[in-house]
Amino acid sequence: MAHATGRAYIRREGLPHISCAGCGNGIIAGAMARAFEELGLARNEIVVVPGIGCSGTINRYLNVNYLHSTHGRALAFATGIKAANPALNVVCFVGDGDGVTIGGNHLIHAARRNMGITVILVNNYNYGMTGGQVSGATPADARTSTTMMGNPERGFDICELVRAAGANFVARETAVAGVRLKKRIKEALTNPGFSLLEVMSPCTTLFGPRNGKKTPVDMLRWLKEKALSPEKFAKTENAAAQGYFRVGTLADERADSFSTRYEAMRRRVLDAAGGR
Amino acid sequence: MNSVGTLMQGNEAIAKGALYAGASYYAGYPITPSSEIAEICSRELPKRGGVFMQMEDEIASMAAIIGASASGAKAFTATSGPGFSLMQEHISAAVIMEMPVVVVNVQREGPCVGLATKPAQADIMQLRWGRHGDQAIVALIPATVRECFELAVKAFNIAEKYRVPVILAPDEVVGHMRESVVVPAPGELEIVDRVRPTCAPGEYRPLDFTPGAVAPLAAFGSEYVFRMTASMSGEDACSNSDPANAARRVAQLYTKLEAGREDIVLTRGYDTGDCDVLVVAAGSPVRAARTAAREARAAGRKVGVLQIQTIWPFPGAEINACAAKAERVVVAEMNYDGQIAGEVRKCLDDPSRIRTVNTFNGTIITPGLIAEALA
Repeated sequence: MAHATGRAYIRREGLPHISCAGCGNGIIAGAMARAFEELGLARNEIVVVPGIGCSGTINRYLNVNYLHSTHGRALAFATGIKAANPALNVVCFVGDGDGVTIGGNHLIHAARRNMGITVILVNNYNYGMTGGQVSGATPADARTSTTMMGNPERGFDICELVRAAGANFVARETAVAGVRLKKRIKEALTNPGFSLLEVMSPCTTLFGPRNGKKTPVDMLRWLKEKALSPEKFAKTENAAAQGYFRVGTLADERADSFSTRYEAMRRRVLDAAGGR
Repeated sequence: MNSVGTLMQGNEAIAKGALYAGASYYAGYPITPSSEIAEICSRELPKRGGVFMQMEDEIASMAAIIGASASGAKAFTATSGPGFSLMQEHISAAVIMEMPVVVVNVQREGPCVGLATKPAQADIMQLRWGRHGDQAIVALIPATVRECFELAVKAFNIAEKYRVPVILAPDEVVGHMRESVVVPAPGELEIVDRVRPTCAPGEYRPLDFTPGAVAPLAAFGSEYVFRMTASMSGEDACSNSDPANAARRVAQLYTKLEAGREDIVLTRGYDTGDCDVLVVAAGSPVRAARTAAREARAAGRKVGVLQIQTIWPFPGAEINACAAKAERVVVAEMNYDGQIAGEVRKCLDDPSRIRTVNTFNGTIITPGLIAEALA
């Protein structure tokens, strides 16, 4: 098989991109486009639903259906899109501020419902678009424009949160690992239920420089160093406190999706009506 | 035909009207005094191949119906005061995406949690101005249970034809009252569906900023690959920050409704031809006004009633025409400020003729209160 380029899914009129040098958005979008191609998905059967923030600029470069939604609510829009047409491949492309901070309620409920949608959550540790403020995923003690003396709060473990809420598929990768990203996105897209892929991504303009990673390369190296397999993570003392995180597929269940369960309920309703 | 009539609640008539219009998706969050609509949809939609979803909040409910509409469904939600406030951002998302959706706001007494089970009409301005930014919407107010059914159908028709969110806003009295209704037979009321594109897929544009235009609307999953965005965009729905484009984009949100004004603005006149005194009202106060006017007529006074069914766009020209010969114009409404009266004041040649009747304590406007203003 020829190497997938993902080109058919990229809107070239939208280029050059507006992300900062070293941003992970391009790598993640490229991995997604190649995953679409390798799965043979038709452009008209894909709907990408971005929110607002750096991740929300992704739609500029995509040649598929998209609904560019409001801040924090991408999953709620996606829920309606998918429920009304379960045949669609619906992908939410959101950030950590968007997806888990302002949008945390929708994230856990979409996971609980096991909506058959894929969420690619780009975690760059802060609100990049608005100047680098603290988010619900910013690590404790980290510096941001609203925590210049260190973050007094703790950040979410997004994968644990979504897994606990009932998602079928949960995975984490870094934006450094393009091929692994593509594999995880394919796994997420082919899971019938709710899938979350958290991508640890460099904010090379704001979060990195404020936290001792002066250049994009420093930030990428740091992500690479902090990404551990679940086995290595388990063997590392105080791993989470040192900023290490697990990468790979962390949960992969096959529970029925919302649409499957809804259809089964609908059949019961019709059978009951017919039997009367 | 069932000409005998069925005893039906206002909220039930709204749900049945929505189903009659072809609604196939409902997303909502429970709130008094609107919850019956959700409960009926949860039972009826699955039977018809539709989907009911109880969402985590009203923000999500509005988002979900916009998403479902983008997938091709006729979609709606129902709520009241606090929930309606939460829906505002996404009502404006439906405005800018030009997505057909219907929002039912069964008005209750506020502010905030207020009196959850009591009627009010204090959301008149919120219906129109509750959101940030330049935008136009349509809002309808029924006064009877039959009108709940008819205006629910009309709300979907307007939403589909003009690609605009339509708000149906009965007060709690109308939402909860029961009346005998002759349910329209299938085919009796007109049903309008959105216009679908017929052009080649590569040529489709989801928006058209020509003044008065309404672009055809494709559905996700059809042969058309297209975009929708809550941001300012060009006609291709790609981000666009050019001031000339923004001016065209914003103006068309208004001009499409101005072009359809005759179709959209609904009023009903009762003995308005010769009246010396005109009573203007919407929703349950119309009922009190008609009783008071009948009694005044019996006593030899020429009193007429103009019922506002479409509150937004405001029927200023219609009110001014009916009030032409009136010495006095009485505006009856369940709010403190006189939100409807303020609009009537703008449209009358001589606003000094206005008398206002207001309740703002969760009680209804009675014929007696209106009779006092007629005296």
